Amino acid sequence: MSFFKVENLGIRFGGVVAVDGVGFEVNRGEVYTIIGPNGAGKTTIFNLVGLLYPATSGRIVFEDRELTGLAPHSVAELGIARTFQNIELFEHATVLQNLLIGRHRHRSTSLWQELLFTRAVQRAEVAARGVVEQVIDFLELAKYRDSLVVGLPYGVRKVVELGRALATEPKLLLLDEPSSGLNPEETDDMAFWIEDIKKHLGITVLMVEHDMNLVSRVSDRVLALNLGKVIAQGTPAEVQAHPAVIEAYLGKAA
Amino acid sequence: MRFIFKTDYGQDLRLIKHSGHAFWYGLLMLVLLAAPWWAGEYVMTQLQFICIYSIVGFGLMILTGFTGQVSLGHAAFLAVGAYTEALMQAAGVPFVISITCAALFSAALGIIIGLPALRLKGIYLAIATLAFNVIVEEIITRWHRLTGGNEGKHLKPVDLFGWKLESDAEFYYLCLALTVLCCLACINLLRSPTGRAFVAIRDSEISASCMGVNLAWYKTMAFAVSAALTGIGGALYGHKLAFISPEQFTLFQSIELITIVILGGIGFLHGAVLGAAFIIVLPQAISIAKGWLPDAFAPAGLQAVVFGLVLILFIIFEPLGLYGRWLKIRTWFELFPFYRKGMFRRQKSYTKSERVR
Repeated sequence: MSFFKVENLGIRFGGVVAVDGVGFEVNRGEVYTIIGPNGAGKTTIFNLVGLLYPATSGRIVFEDRELTGLAPHSVAELGIARTFQNIELFEHATVLQNLLIGRHRHRSTSLWQELLFTRAVQRAEVAARGVVEQVIDFLELAKYRDSLVVGLPYGVRKVVELGRALATEPKLLLLDEPSSGLNPEETDDMAFWIEDIKKHLGITVLMVEHDMNLVSRVSDRVLALNLGKVIAQGTPAEVQAHPAVIEAYLGKAA
Repeated sequence: MRFIFKTDYGQDLRLIKHSGHAFWYGLLMLVLLAAPWWAGEYVMTQLQFICIYSIVGFGLMILTGFTGQVSLGHAAFLAVGAYTEALMQAAGVPFVISITCAALFSAALGIIIGLPALRLKGIYLAIATLAFNVIVEEIITRWHRLTGGNEGKHLKPVDLFGWKLESDAEFYYLCLALTVLCCLACINLLRSPTGRAFVAIRDSEISASCMGVNLAWYKTMAFAVSAALTGIGGALYGHKLAFISPEQFTLFQSIELITIVILGGIGFLHGAVLGAAFIIVLPQAISIAKGWLPDAFAPAGLQAVVFGLVLILFIIFEPLGLYGRWLKIRTWFELFPFYRKGMFRRQKSYTKSERVR
């Protein structure tokens, strides 16, 4: 049984084939990274996995369950959380509320109970808060707990988004360029967190990333993509040395 | 400035967070409960209307302020509530049941109008709900056998378990009690997972769905809850006026309801109450001002002009509404002398990721 598997995945937008027959497998507990030059189709793969786009071909299997054909929200319910390249937070809510929305898939109360704010709702709220506070501790967000996201700097938002994904207690975490827009110090923190997420929280990470330092530091395996097609797969060192990858990034030697 | 030391998570769930809260809301409650003693007949009527419009305001606030869905058709739900109440009262149904039915029937209609909302956004949703308003108004006018058409319907005073609420004070207490109950229900809903899902949909649909929020389900629910509250408001509105006819539930009524939430402050429950108070008091202020102005400055349409002007000025200068203005004043005093001008300025959002839908 494979943990997460993508087979022959493809999508075309009109005449453009954005992703073309991509297949890979992610093992439980590893950090798997997708790299590739701009426009290679990395984020598109994420959107296909999140069912935000309907795949033209292929299948996505998570813990022996076929994802294709489900509604987007059920992906989260199965235990897959994601972050976005350009940050999609709930801007006019506080950091705490943002993280609490991450608990949505664990909710257990009905509308009527909530209207009356019964004991059950109160207990669930306190429990949710407990989990969220652990995430806040883990990511050192305590001082921003009650700030509105709209006033936070970019680097902090990036962390809040990671926190929101972690608050769902996912089995698989999709990170779309976790280091984009971060300074070297923040990138360093991000690398620590990704390592911790894998080691201590036991969450499998599938990530899209450009920063090769970060990639080789945290990834177990890497997949290189160009123009929608897989060009290399293996350990970070293997992929970096692969002639097709060098060609995709730097072009052919004259 | 007040510092609250938090020692457990339950503390954040409490409604009354500190003694200041308890004092001011307690005082407000006392003043309102004592209204029949200090207020004349005229002010009592105004207070009843403020209660009724507050309930409707809560409904619209949940939909527009918290879920981010526009509705230019809320007068239709008001009409459904009022007519349901009128018809059921005529049929001899007890008030407790008839007002529940008014809420449920409105909610059912809310679900129906909520269905197109799953596919429509912004201005298109506004147009769809506007059309819905016109349709409902037209049905009420034409369905003479049921609604009495343009001759309207009469309502008798509320009969609560055999206790006839005929005096102003009695009906006022009913309105006040329902307002407080609706307000508490809204607060509860908004601090629960459902309320957070609403806010998530308002701020980013795409990431709400990636967090497991079923967009269709929660948008429909927002419409249902909003319509139910408006239905309750409608039932009271009918009783207050004692006579209802289709021309009370036109598009202009809907716009007035939208004005409540915008003037009050989008995204704050307080805003619904402040907005309601404002649009009840403003026409009175205008008619008083009319007496002072020379005739040339007080044409017949003055009220509409002032309403429009106030709305425009608010949108330009105080998008957070009356409650937002109050927050700024309060912060100024709390932080004195450290208040900065830009404290409430909202930063431009960073580039959003590719919009998938």
